[in-house]
Amino acid sequence: MEKTVNCVEALAQTSLVDCYQCGKCTAGCPVAERMDVMPNQIMRLVQLGQTDRAKLSKAIWTCVSCQTCSTRCPKNVDIAGVMDALRQLAYEQRTEHALAQRPAHFYEAFLNNIRRHGRVFELEMVGIFKTVAFLHDLNVPLFMQDSLLAPKLFVKGKLHVMPGGLKDKGVVDRIFQRCGVK
Amino acid sequence: MDFGYYPGCALHGSSNDYETSVRACLGALGVGLRELNDWICCGATAAHAVNHKLAVALPARNLAIAERDGIADLLAPCPMCSMELVKAGRLLTESEDLRREMSSIVELPVSGRTQVLNLIQVLQKAGLEKIKAAVKRPLSHLKAACYYGCLLTRPPKTLQFDDCEHPSSMEEILSMLGAEVVDWNFKTECCGAGMTLAEQDTVLELSHKILANALDHGANCLVVACPMCHVNLDMKQADIWRQYKAREPVMVYYLSDVVGLALGIDESALGIDKHFVVKTIPRIEAGAC
Repeated sequence: MEKTVNCVEALAQTSLVDCYQCGKCTAGCPVAERMDVMPNQIMRLVQLGQTDRAKLSKAIWTCVSCQTCSTRCPKNVDIAGVMDALRQLAYEQRTEHALAQRPAHFYEAFLNNIRRHGRVFELEMVGIFKTVAFLHDLNVPLFMQDSLLAPKLFVKGKLHVMPGGLKDKGVVDRIFQRCGVK
Repeated sequence: MDFGYYPGCALHGSSNDYETSVRACLGALGVGLRELNDWICCGATAAHAVNHKLAVALPARNLAIAERDGIADLLAPCPMCSMELVKAGRLLTESEDLRREMSSIVELPVSGRTQVLNLIQVLQKAGLEKIKAAVKRPLSHLKAACYYGCLLTRPPKTLQFDDCEHPSSMEEILSMLGAEVVDWNFKTECCGAGMTLAEQDTVLELSHKILANALDHGANCLVVACPMCHVNLDMKQADIWRQYKAREPVMVYYLSDVVGLALGIDESALGIDKHFVVKTIPRIEAGAC
């Protein structure tokens, strides 16, 4: 138990014990109403060594990383950093739960895309994200969502059909490898 | 006055109207931009959500390039990019271990000393009085709700820019342009950020609140300085009005759009015709009854 608590603290570089459960993070969170576990409850779970329960929440994937929680915390606890740490741990451990979350698919599609191209190649990234997400949830309306935007973006010159021109494309993949991203 | 320029993926992708706008606006002010050589993605939200080292390494690579190429001041018009670059820069300056580790990972020495600036800061450096003196078309027909979003002012200890609860740096610029600004409640409330594709409902809900509050306070336009916010408020506006009680369409300008318009630059030269919501806000001619 102590190992995982310290792991979250070490990753987030913040002092968990400073949180006295005032609830200000939850009060300011723009998506709290959509969360299964509130931000202050996530903090409580981690304080009590129940990091696994925190990692299994949908909340850490509902979080939009707006930084409101950390900004308003009266004890300067970096709750946003704790959310990041929990996502990082869940992703690194490739938990079945994490890999079933739509935002996780998005982050993965995004990162794989920049790993390949150095910069985001939107057409490919969105195509892969939508396909992977569809294979998980078999939700046709979601898959088709925004497909009418593509021609509109194209006409406005906002949709590129080729990736951007980076000279040293390999450097990003090397950086990913050195950071331990599989 | 010259700055290094880090466009980031959005400004070279589906938000290239923002780049058009920034280049036209700053060009008219005599500000030169030198694009960062072979820049890479800053990592955005995906990197810090998934790997703590990558979240620093990707911005660090860009900072290293800036240092190598003698760029002391770097404009990043996207606040996601500018925040990650500033954050990485601060972490690097605070730890020799981190500097050593990151220099090895990004294959270039990096110290984090580059000054990273957002668009508002560059306009401030260009000189607000200078902008005011250069105004050809005062924007007296605009009643603007200045929308900052999350990452221009947060995290406050990292960015140390403006006020994170009640910012006013954009309003200050707007007043130089002769525009009216409205007082409203959602200046720094999140629009839903990068969830546009992954959780659209979140974006529609949060961005609807922003548009509705701006309109409720008498605004006839919004002014933003973030491409993600712009996408959620402009590209997604039709979806927002379909999901919630429909209101009249509202123009969402980039800050560089309104500065450019006041300086006499054409709408199409600023890329305004590439927005999704395009409408003309009628000027009120003096003496009209």
